[in-house]
Amino acid sequence: MAKKKIVLHYPEERVESPTTYHLVKDFDLVPIILRAQIDENEGTLVVDLEGSPEQIAKGIEYLREQNIRVQEAIKDIVVDTERCVSCGSCTGVCRAGALTIGAQSDWNLVFDQEKCVFCELCINTCPIRAIKVQF
Amino acid sequence: MAVTKTYEEINEKIRRGEAVVVTAEEIIDIVQEEGVAMATKKVDVITTGTFGPMCSSGAFLNFGHSEPPIRMAKIWLNDVPAYGGLAAVDTYIGATEPSETVGMAYGGAHVIEDLISGKTIKLEAESYGTDCYPRKELLTYINKDTINEAYLFNPRNAYQNYAVAVNSSARILYTYMGTLLPRLGNATYSTSSQLSPLINDPYYRTIGIGTRVFIGGAPGYVAWNGTQFNSNQVRGDNGVPLSSAGTLALIGNLKEMSPDFIRAATFHNYGTTMFVGVGVPIPVLDEDILQKAAISDKDIYTSIYDYSIPSRSRPVLGRVSYAELRSGKIEINGKTVRTAPVASYSKARKIAETLKGWIQQGDFYLQQPIEGFSTEQSVKPLEIVAEGEI
Ligand code: SF4
Ligand code: SF4
Repeated sequence: MAKKKIVLHYPEERVESPTTYHLVKDFDLVPIILRAQIDENEGTLVVDLEGSPEQIAKGIEYLREQNIRVQEAIKDIVVDTERCVSCGSCTGVCRAGALTIGAQSDWNLVFDQEKCVFCELCINTCPIRAIKVQF
Repeated sequence: MAVTKTYEEINEKIRRGEAVVVTAEEIIDIVQEEGVAMATKKVDVITTGTFGPMCSSGAFLNFGHSEPPIRMAKIWLNDVPAYGGLAAVDTYIGATEPSETVGMAYGGAHVIEDLISGKTIKLEAESYGTDCYPRKELLTYINKDTINEAYLFNPRNAYQNYAVAVNSSARILYTYMGTLLPRLGNATYSTSSQLSPLINDPYYRTIGIGTRVFIGGAPGYVAWNGTQFNSNQVRGDNGVPLSSAGTLALIGNLKEMSPDFIRAATFHNYGTTMFVGVGVPIPVLDEDILQKAAISDKDIYTSIYDYSIPSRSRPVLGRVSYAELRSGKIEINGKTVRTAPVASYSKARKIAETLKGWIQQGDFYLQQPIEGFSTEQSVKPLEIVAEGEI
């Protein structure tokens, strides 16, 4: 079993399509929805896809055929370590525990991309503007 | 006989390269292992440090005279308004002043950081024109080397202690203490606690007017007590105030500073401010001074305030030690709440280490305060009254 985090951008005509249903039924995948923002005009879904690597690849191919933009999101949130002063402000809003400080005795900021659920709360919270979304 | 030392003796040791200098973190273990008496004999100076957002910051600049000259009445630096009410070509640029073109994305603090970094700054000025200063408009470019004086003067820095901020309301709050999540979703705090200058000298025995300090990566001085100096704050048995108390007005040469220790910041939906690095050396004059400087996080307490109450007297939701705060979670009304700092502990450590290095190398001597601070000063509120009521 493998796990892959992706961001799905739904265009207007696809907002009501049962795509996660097909991922489960046709591709035997377990989509874990981390974040969803959907209205009648467009939608963004952050999901962890669990399944065999082949099935994940096929599932992503299917999504692309449906005209859904798939962002393989692993590198989405980036911390500019040159700018970052390790104040720790961003850790206060990161419920997912991707941004932490103090667990190491050096009190430098630690970012674990794997845990990020792309809530994007940290971006405005960083007073130094050291956190960015990388498209 | 208890050991006592004078400033002269300690400075003489620094001159000979024999002074024993340790940081406010290192002294904790030394006292635990060797006791107060031995440690007082052995250690000469304890260095402290803090690096946090300090809104009350700014810089005095003198631009020099243009040809023909102008009496600058309105001044902008990279579109950020600076104060025009000084002499002809002097100004004060405040850290929290926003840009007139991009708002709070860029403010006075950013101008100051850019100046320190050696970047080019656009200078615009307007005037009504006088017989001696006929020019009415000016647009030019400057950097820190083309202007005369440039010094940071911060009226309120290095808060002795500070509150913990939480938010009990149902909506997210954007404050100068960072983003506060609803329903006590997090708690933020902002001192370097056991490393913090005024926590290590709680009764200001060595920190007063004239004390030589580290500011922004350069040597500077305590110019006065800081504004809102509240030394009469309730204190614990060890003398450390249980919430915001003493403050320092600091001055230092901006041209010698480094962006490593001065950093512009924008608090979302609040405004711009400046992270300022401050370090103060504490001379070990006697056992009392050493004992107080050997305090550790578990013995430093602060108060939790609910920032969702829009009042100057917010309810106190409890008291916590910095050891608890720095563990990552605290308990408030039976609920476990995640904590996050707003000030950088790793930078505070770097400041204490840097200052220690300066003293060890004989590049920095201690200055005895010319005048001490009162321990009985409190802060007055501003009452809204009619003219006849005052
Ligand atoms: S986007 Fe959200 S989950 Fe990801 S690092 Fe930022 S705060 Fe944490
Ligand atoms: S808030 Fe910004 S500067 Fe502070 S630790 Fe996080 S990324 Fe670094």
